[in-house]
Amino acid sequence: MARRLTLWRWVVLGLAALYFLVPLAASAIFTVDVPGQGLTFDAYTKILSTDGFLSSLLLSLELAVATIAVVLLLMVPAVVALRLGSPRLRPVVEVVCSLPLVVPPIAFVAGIATVLKWGPEHLSRTPLFETFVVIQNDRFPVVLVLAYVVMALPFVYRALDSGLRAIDVRTLVEAARSCGASWPKALVRAVLPNLRGALLNASFLTLALVLGEFTVSHLLGYTPFAVWIYNVGGEQAQMSVAVSVLSLLLTWVLLLALAGAGGGRTRNANSRG
Amino acid sequence: MTTALPRADVAPVASAKRRRRAPGWLAVVPLLVFVAIAFGLPAVAIVNGAFSVDDATTGATTYTGANMTASLQGPYLTALLGSVKLSAISAALGALLGLPLAQAVVSSRSRWLREAVLTASGVLANFGGVPLAFAFVATLGNAGVLTVHLGLKDTGWDLYSFWGLILVYLYFLIPLMVLTITPALDGLRSQWREAALNNGATGVQYWRHVALPVLAPSLLGGLVLLFGSAFAAYATAAAMVGSAVPLVTLQIADALSGNVLVGQENVALALSLDMVLVAGLVMAVYLPLQRRSARWLDA
Repeated sequence: MARRLTLWRWVVLGLAALYFLVPLAASAIFTVDVPGQGLTFDAYTKILSTDGFLSSLLLSLELAVATIAVVLLLMVPAVVALRLGSPRLRPVVEVVCSLPLVVPPIAFVAGIATVLKWGPEHLSRTPLFETFVVIQNDRFPVVLVLAYVVMALPFVYRALDSGLRAIDVRTLVEAARSCGASWPKALVRAVLPNLRGALLNASFLTLALVLGEFTVSHLLGYTPFAVWIYNVGGEQAQMSVAVSVLSLLLTWVLLLALAGAGGGRTRNANSRG
Repeated sequence: MTTALPRADVAPVASAKRRRRAPGWLAVVPLLVFVAIAFGLPAVAIVNGAFSVDDATTGATTYTGANMTASLQGPYLTALLGSVKLSAISAALGALLGLPLAQAVVSSRSRWLREAVLTASGVLANFGGVPLAFAFVATLGNAGVLTVHLGLKDTGWDLYSFWGLILVYLYFLIPLMVLTITPALDGLRSQWREAALNNGATGVQYWRHVALPVLAPSLLGGLVLLFGSAFAAYATAAAMVGSAVPLVTLQIADALSGNVLVGQENVALALSLDMVLVAGLVMAVYLPLQRRSARWLDA
């Protein structure tokens, strides 16, 4: 019985390993074994010098930093306040932060595109029109940051909520206040250090989301990293696969760092399909 | 876009009574205002557009159910059903294959194996989108490594098809299932199994009458989560099959890019609303199930 169970387990694990490792190995082979050229590392060496690689990667990183900053500034005070005071608001915030899960990104971007069209159609004579122009600036599309913050809300909420559950915020804040700390000081010096793991967790998840995001940025006509890979795929198959492999490694490193940073393993599931 | 910290936190408050009251709802206001604008406006735009038609000549807007009707007919209906079918099959397969994998990991006592598989699942469940599509094109596409070396072409293999897409989706759905179901499998007490076996039950009977009923909410929850993931997926399909397989996400993207008949612009929004309704239904099933399974696991 025991031996049969062990055998069964190894068969399952073996098949899983096969399914999950073969595409990775095949991708790696595909990038270095070019038909008619033999073994070559051109696909990797050419990446850096290819048009748009650096600018699209930089754009993605800038968007990620802005998104993380905004989402944390919005969420941290809100969830801390929920713990300290208004428990009646908890369900409200919970629902508000889960709503984005109900709207698939493609539907969300359809809505955004429609709103953006209101600008030229209805608002061209109002000062609001300027806002519409500014947030669609090609060099730094603020509209993407707005969209990404919404898309990150469910994951950030869950990360912060589980982090807060582990510490006694009320006692921490009251101790800090009794020692004469002001409100911001109590928050920054007493609460935030205890939330380090949760904050890192939330930041990494947001970073991974923004770096891989394709649907919204592609349909709004911007070219961050994921869209660039897609565009390159049409012309240079080898290189696009090479970049795909590298981006998987990058995600891997990010999530390992996340596990190592004390945030615990990510239970998050935000496959971007 | 600047978002200031709520001033409520900054105001020095003396009495303990007022201190407790002060931060409460004021700190939540910026969040709610933000969501109302960044999420509420697009949501309103979807609903408004789904039920209205702009007259091309006069520019007047009339409210009608025609878009919704159109979104449930002809090629749009085919795409919607195609998406539902694809998501249902891949979710079922993902759950069916993820469960034994998770069980194999949980039942082995190797900490190392467990950590390795769960970390890998965390990474792979997030490995969607364009890179995933390209990895599979390199493996099993027309010039893919396996296609060429195994001579799959002659067997009629085609990655850019319904079943090819399912094979690719499973790459992030199975790990997602493993992550979802592992806590539930951890919650199965070994005493339950021993008690069942001591009472003369076979392994199969134990699974049928004890383990599966306890796991059922988590399993269903996982299934629904997988369905939602596959249903909302766009990037992988767009990068891989173009429009060879009819999917609602691809139809919406097409319509947004202007590839539709004049007067049908708002059908994309009607299709989006269809998707939101399906996804909403999915979440309505998922959330109570998650709560129920949490009750078992905390007990």
